[in-house]
Amino acid sequence: MKATIEPSTRSSEGANPAAPTPGEAVSQPMNVSSNQSTGGKPSGNKPVARKRSRSGNEWFGKTYTMICVSVLIITIFSIVYFVASKGLATFFVNGVSLKEFLTGVKWAPDGEPQTFGALPFITGSFMTSILAACISAPLAFCAAIFMTELMPKFGKTVMQPVIELLAGIPSVVYGFVGLSVIVPFLRSVFPGQGLGIAAGAIVLSIMILPTITTIATDAMSNLPRGLKEGSYALGATRWQTISRSILPAVLPAMLTGVVLGIARAFGEALAVQMVIGNAPHIPNSLFESASTLTSVITLSMGNTIMGTVQNNVLWSLALMLLTMTFVFIFIVRVLERRSLR
Amino acid sequence: MKKTMLVMMTMVLALTLAACGSKNGNETSGGGGAEGLSGSILAAGSTAMQPLVEQVANKFMADSKYSGITVQVQGGGSGTGLTQVSEGQADIGNSDIFANEKFKDGDATKAEELVDHQVAVVAMSTVVNKDIAIDNLTKQQLVDIFTGKVTNWKEVGGADAKIVIVNRPSSSGTRKTFEKYGLGTASEDLPGNIQEDSSGTVKKLVGETPGAIGYLALSYLDDSVKKLKLDGVEATPDNVKAGTYPIWAYQHMYTKGEPNEAVKAFLDFMLTDDIQKTDVTELGYIAINEMQVTRDESGKIVKK
Repeated sequence: MKATIEPSTRSSEGANPAAPTPGEAVSQPMNVSSNQSTGGKPSGNKPVARKRSRSGNEWFGKTYTMICVSVLIITIFSIVYFVASKGLATFFVNGVSLKEFLTGVKWAPDGEPQTFGALPFITGSFMTSILAACISAPLAFCAAIFMTELMPKFGKTVMQPVIELLAGIPSVVYGFVGLSVIVPFLRSVFPGQGLGIAAGAIVLSIMILPTITTIATDAMSNLPRGLKEGSYALGATRWQTISRSILPAVLPAMLTGVVLGIARAFGEALAVQMVIGNAPHIPNSLFESASTLTSVITLSMGNTIMGTVQNNVLWSLALMLLTMTFVFIFIVRVLERRSLR
Repeated sequence: MKKTMLVMMTMVLALTLAACGSKNGNETSGGGGAEGLSGSILAAGSTAMQPLVEQVANKFMADSKYSGITVQVQGGGSGTGLTQVSEGQADIGNSDIFANEKFKDGDATKAEELVDHQVAVVAMSTVVNKDIAIDNLTKQQLVDIFTGKVTNWKEVGGADAKIVIVNRPSSSGTRKTFEKYGLGTASEDLPGNIQEDSSGTVKKLVGETPGAIGYLALSYLDDSVKKLKLDGVEATPDNVKAGTYPIWAYQHMYTKGEPNEAVKAFLDFMLTDDIQKTDVTELGYIAINEMQVTRDESGKIVKK
């Protein structure tokens, strides 16, 4: 049971830390502005209501929060512990050298002799997710500008729901569309078989579009009105206002969105696995079969026996994904701190 | 406040560790009880066998003789199935390769505890894109293609087109069967080749990619791909039964030790002529009792 459930929990976990953070990212600048404008107002009428059932409410709220928090912490700790204990066993129990794992280019866990070079997967993961962000970011920024500055009404009522709808489509659908539309298209236009990093990046760029767009849109609509009005008052055109005062002001928030998008792309498994080709090699072109960390895990996890080196090494790849997610979250935190300043 | 936090964190940590510890505990699924034929059976493993086992399980549960038994079928892959049956989490582990091909070296003892029940035979055929003009490959040509010595179809008698290999991941049971009985040697993970685990995707890619070659179980074959003969022998159920076509594998249902009564009833039900002639054959497998040859795990073929 554990074996079948764990990978799926983990892969959805990859996206989950991203989910709460966007809200946080945008709510923080908002708090700052509301604190400045309203000052200490709300505290004026509160004490009366507070006295009535203070102790009961206080106790209930505290307990409830504590329970929720401890459930969360237990879950997270268990997942990290599980992945780490399995992933580290590769190096401590099976004696695979870490250097070979990180820098080797030959992946043959069932070969004679066995080799465990994960570099092709690491490069594959970075190349697809960064390329996806490069495709997606300009589209998302333009969509955000369109929705907040150019046509706010149409944007709010039609375009934003449509883009957010993209987030709700199951990844297997993206994979299948990629396999049926994007791969044949790339095959007919470029040399190669169509499968590869380019196909993976295109599929991922559509998948991460809602993340980046939503964060950029929220950041732009939360800007203080004075900023825009001041710019217009100085005689700036609309384009000058957007490019000289709005964009610089929301840049850190937009970068947060891009990093979260990359994190999501990094952890996406199924859709990428269907269109990337899965050859365990560093490809010579964007249109040649390649692999990512997630694709090799999904391909082999069910076929390997728990506790064997072939299985443990997949958990090491999962541990690496987990570590990368932590790094991405750390980057987001740093960016947020900068945007608050 | 700080103290409360500290206490809470300690508690959380303790609970976490406790939760992890219990993971290795015994989590048997309450298998068949002592009171005759009732209980629940969990069969997990090979996704390729899942449709067959599911279909037979539904018939089994509909049978009034066995109304006290519920059978649950899960996928997860051959490796997962073998792991779970060996750890006692599942009653039956479905696998498309022999258990001792998966449990190697230090784990070899685990394979000895498992009892093999062969319930069907699946045959595989080499398939190519429909544009390829040739319809036969010798074993040597096949080896040359899958080890990268031959990269163009004209070298094996076809038109001038690049060969695109659609392989399976190196952990796949289907690939092991193909390598062992079709090639007789391991194939290479060549740069630029494609690897897919799902037969549906393999079929789609071979059907659409010019110059593609792959291999599929007979149950997946249709008009979108072209079947190739191997050394002049076509992959048909009759050739497999007679032992003239080599690329086939048993479908195993492993139990840990001898099965209990409920599990045994299900396995016997699976082997009845009725099931073998209808469900097994309909789903593209070959009935186990129609095989005229047997083969052990070292690949030695014996006429029945």
